[in-house]
Amino acid sequence: MNRAGDAGRIPLPHGVNANDKAGGKMRALWRRTILALLAGVMAMLSGMAAQAGDIAPKVPIDKSKGSCVLPGDQMRREHMKILMHRRDNTLYKGIRGGKASFSACLTCHMVKDAQGKPVTIKSPKHFCRVCHDFAAVRPDCWSCHKSVPEAGDAGNQAMLKGFGSGQVKGRMFAQLRDFVQEGRK
Amino acid sequence: MTDPHNSHEHEEARRNNGAEELDAARRAFLRNSAAAGVVALGGGLTLYTISGEALAKKAEEPLDPKKRWGMLIDTSKCTSGCDKCVEACKKENGWEAKPGSRTDVQWIRKVDVKDPKTGFLASLPVMCQHCANPPCVDVCPTGASMQRADGIVRVNMHICIGCRYCMMACPYKARSFVHEDIPEERKRFHAPMGKGCVTSCDFCAHRVDVGQIPACAEACPEGAMLFGDMNDPESALSKRLREIRSYQIRADLGTDNGIRYTRLP
Repeated sequence: MNRAGDAGRIPLPHGVNANDKAGGKMRALWRRTILALLAGVMAMLSGMAAQAGDIAPKVPIDKSKGSCVLPGDQMRREHMKILMHRRDNTLYKGIRGGKASFSACLTCHMVKDAQGKPVTIKSPKHFCRVCHDFAAVRPDCWSCHKSVPEAGDAGNQAMLKGFGSGQVKGRMFAQLRDFVQEGRK
Repeated sequence: MTDPHNSHEHEEARRNNGAEELDAARRAFLRNSAAAGVVALGGGLTLYTISGEALAKKAEEPLDPKKRWGMLIDTSKCTSGCDKCVEACKKENGWEAKPGSRTDVQWIRKVDVKDPKTGFLASLPVMCQHCANPPCVDVCPTGASMQRADGIVRVNMHICIGCRYCMMACPYKARSFVHEDIPEERKRFHAPMGKGCVTSCDFCAHRVDVGQIPACAEACPEGAMLFGDMNDPESALSKRLREIRSYQIRADLGTDNGIRYTRLP
């Protein structure tokens, strides 16, 4: 079966003679079946690839309010580490504001409902839930933390006052101020 | 023992956002060294004070371990029945105590005290006293009850298991346990509070960190609460403490409180 002339041809089932007429028909049929199967598998694979792109949840972001902290795929893997590190920095060292702050996350990723109000974690549209619902992970951040950047919030007011009096300066804070003021509109 | 905090430092250095924070730390270090130089040269002149409030920290900078935040409460100005500081704290930090409740969250309360022999009366706002030797930090089994390098005593609720040892240890009843979920409208961005954790006054750390004074001090109509850096001899607070006699509640316990009162019965 592995003669030089047959190189690249599909091996025939045992007992089929490639030289007789009936065998030739059988061989054509066999070849067609396998090709059809291969085509089917290829179609299925490409279909799956296309589908993966469609079902992976897309995190809503308003890029006009600031640049991304990290590229999306990296963020998907590492956002919890960034948050954890940041939380320790804030608690122990008093470092606040900036790109990695909770406030900045929530401001850029804020989703508004039909009434134009930012949705809380109770809504499946909330940017955290978009992915976490998909991955069946329920983080308990929001049992204590506020899930929307509230413009009238005392903390934001405090931050704003800081900006206004020139006590808080720098590029990072100009950005954050813009986030907060955007949220107020 | 490896410090999870430091191990994260290296990870962060590789990231853009982290680099900014590290830069901020570096800047603060340089700034502080410069300030120390001025102290040495100028004899007592420091760069800590801004408009007499001893506040110079920018939000993105790490806190200054040379500071110790404290407060002097002028009880001669504090009237019984006025609870503006309490209301301001509630609004700022999103807690609520129903009248007469012994289990609701409270960060600050007004206490009227009377010397039974002389009849001398005083009305005191009592909150976390931000002790230099805090018993609540001593007893905490998880390290959640903590003291920041600038003297602020607070709870790290991420590692608090709600055992309430700190509540037992605190001589000032400053801490409370959160028994119920905080409704969404009462949640504050900067003061997260959750069912099953202990919580207490944190000297409005979120305000102090951006160069402001605590909400209670800001709200007092009599200006009876003077907030400042106890370690800076030139701060308004230190000057006032030098001028007049001040008292700590239960000074005999040796906790070295950050909150001082001008008159106690």
